[in-house]
Amino acid sequence: MLAFTLRRAVQAIGVMFAVGIIAFSMFRFAGDPVNQIVSIDTSAAEREIVRKSLGLDDPVPVQFVRYFADAAQFKFGVSYQFRQPVSTLLMERMPATLELAICATVFAMVFGILMGVYSALRRDTVLAKLFQAVSLVGISLPTFLIGILLIYLFAVTLGWLPSFGRGEVVKLGWWSTGLLTLSGLKALIMPSITLGLFQMTLIMRLVRAEMLEVLRTDYIRFARARGLTTRAIHFGHALKNTLIPVITVAGLQFGSVIAFSIITETVFQWPGMGLLFVQAVQNVDIPIMAAYLLMVSLIFVTINLVVDILYTVVDPRLRATVGRAS
Amino acid sequence: MTEPILSVRNLQVEFASRRGTLRAIDGVSFDIAKGEVLGVVGESGAGKSVTGLAVIGLIDPPGRIAGGEIRLAGQRIDHLPPEEIRRIRGKRIGMIFQDPLTSLNPLYRVGDQIIETIRTHLDLSESAARRRAIDLLAEVGIPAPDRRIDGYPHEFSGGMRQRVVIALAICAEPELIIADEPTTALDVSVQAQIISLIKRLGRDHGTAVMLVTHDMGVIAETSDRVAVMYAGRVAEIGPVQDVVRNPLHPYAKGLMGAIPTLAGDDKRLQQIPGSMPRLSAIPRGCSFNPRCAFAFDRCRVERPEPQPRGAQSVACHLYDNVPAESAA
Repeated sequence: MLAFTLRRAVQAIGVMFAVGIIAFSMFRFAGDPVNQIVSIDTSAAEREIVRKSLGLDDPVPVQFVRYFADAAQFKFGVSYQFRQPVSTLLMERMPATLELAICATVFAMVFGILMGVYSALRRDTVLAKLFQAVSLVGISLPTFLIGILLIYLFAVTLGWLPSFGRGEVVKLGWWSTGLLTLSGLKALIMPSITLGLFQMTLIMRLVRAEMLEVLRTDYIRFARARGLTTRAIHFGHALKNTLIPVITVAGLQFGSVIAFSIITETVFQWPGMGLLFVQAVQNVDIPIMAAYLLMVSLIFVTINLVVDILYTVVDPRLRATVGRAS
Repeated sequence: MTEPILSVRNLQVEFASRRGTLRAIDGVSFDIAKGEVLGVVGESGAGKSVTGLAVIGLIDPPGRIAGGEIRLAGQRIDHLPPEEIRRIRGKRIGMIFQDPLTSLNPLYRVGDQIIETIRTHLDLSESAARRRAIDLLAEVGIPAPDRRIDGYPHEFSGGMRQRVVIALAICAEPELIIADEPTTALDVSVQAQIISLIKRLGRDHGTAVMLVTHDMGVIAETSDRVAVMYAGRVAEIGPVQDVVRNPLHPYAKGLMGAIPTLAGDDKRLQQIPGSMPRLSAIPRGCSFNPRCAFAFDRCRVERPEPQPRGAQSVACHLYDNVPAESAA
C-alpha cells in the first residue's frame, strides 16, 4: 500500500515537472519579459539593469532551475499589472474559488446520485423521464448561458439572490469564507448551481447507467433469492457497487470544476483565481498565467492520487492486488 | 401419504416478446416430499431453471406465471404480494445459483452477507447471528470458519464460494432448497464434494431439494426421484432407479443412452438427432415428435398427457394402448 502510494507520488512529481517546463517556456515565447515590465521611454542601460536584477541574462537552464526551485516554494514572481507577488494574489483569491468548487461538487454529487438512483429504480415514471430531459439540457447548454439565465430569473426578475460578488466574507486567519454570513451563502447559490450543473447531469447519467447494470448482476439476483428487503438490496448492495465509477468521475471532475470556474467566475464577477486568470490573459500578465497553470495541474495531480487511494478503500479486491504488488 | 413440501400443478410461465407471447413452461406438475431430492434434468432451454425461479417467485417482467398453482406445505405461494413472497424467499425456500464466482457481492465480507441474511429472517442479535454464521460455515465444510468469516469473496476458491452460497441458502433452515445447476461451474473433484454436501444437508435437516441440472450422473448419485423436462413440459417423472434403468419416454431413453459408462464396452455414445425447438416454433402435438424415432401420426396432432406407469409417469402416445403391467 505504501509502495503503491509512493509510486503514484513519484509519477505525480514527473507530471508537475512537465507542466513546469510548459509554464516556464511561456515566458520565453511571449516576447521579452523586460519590455512588459518597463515603459516605452526606458533607456537601454536601465533595461539592462532590470534584466540583470531579474536574472534574465543567465543561461536558460539556469533560469529554469531557478524558476522551478522558486515555484516549489510557491514563489511565482511579481505580477506585471498589480506589482505584487503572484503567490500573495493567488492566496487571496484561492478560498473564493475552492469554496465555490466544493459547493458545486457537493451539489452535483448529492443531486446527481439521488436523481440517478431514482431514475434507475423508477425508470418508467414521469419524474424519471423529466430528470432525463433536464440532464440533456444540463449537458448541452453552455455554462455562461445557464449563469446568465439564472441571473435574469433570480436576480433581475425576482430579486431573490445577488447577481454578482461573494457577499460579506469573514476572515479566518488568511482564509476568507462566505459560508458564515447569510449574504455570503446567498451569493454562493447561483454560481454553485451554474458550475455544478454539468457535473450533476454527468453523475446522474452515470449513476443511472451503472445502477441498471448492477441490478442485472447475479449477486443482486442471489440477494433477492435470499429474501433481503428491496431497500437493503438497492441501497446497500447495488448502490455501493455503483459508487466506484462515480468516485472516479466526481474526483476527476473536481479538477475541471476548478478549471471551468473561469467562466462561472467571470459571469458572476466572483473574486476567485479564475477571474484573476482572465484579467491576467487580458493584460498579458505571464507570471499569473504560469502560476495558475501550475496550481491547476497541482490540484489535478493531487486529486488523481486521492482517487486512486479511495478506490482501494471502497473495493477490497483492489486492496488485495495493491497489497500483493507492494 | 403426508402433504408434500412443494406441490406444483399445471404451471405455465409466459414471456411477452415483440413477436408475441412465448410459453416457456407449459403445464408442469410435480411434488417434492419432505427430505426428498427431486432431480430436474433436460437440455438447455427445457425450462428447468425457469421452473425453479417460478417456485421462488423470481420471474421478472416480461415473464409471468400465466396459470397453474404452486403450494408450499399446502399454502399457495404463486401470486402472493411481493412483500409476502420476499419473506418466504431465503426463510422457507433457499436458492443456490450456478456460478458461485458471481453470486456473492464482491464488496461485502462473507460474514456480513450471511449475518445480513440471518437477521433479515430470524430475530437474532448481531453477535448471535455471527455465532450462527460461524456454525453454518463450519457445517458446510469451510476450515477455520471463525477466521474465514471476515474474508471477502475474492479470497475464496470457487468450491469454497459455493459452500458459502450454500450456507447462505440454508441459514434460516428452509423447508425447500432449489439448487440451479450448483456444480456446473465447478471442476469435477469439487463437484462431488458439493453434491454430497447438498445431499447430507438435505438428510440432516429433512429439507426437500429441487436439484436442477443437465448432468445425469449428478442426478443418479443424488436424487430420490427425477423429472425429465423437454420444451417446457415434463416428459417423464419417477423414482431415479426406474427412470435410469428403464426409461419409458423416447427422449429419456435418448438421455440415458448418452451417459458414458466405465464398463469397457466400446459402443459409441448414442446421441439424440436434432436440437430442441425454439419457444416460438414448438411443433404441434408432442413437442418431441420431429426428433423421435418412434413417432407416428397421432404424435404430430395430439399432445400426450402424463399417464402413470407403475411408479413412473410418462407423457407419450406409445403407451396409450399398452396395459400398465407389460410396459416395463
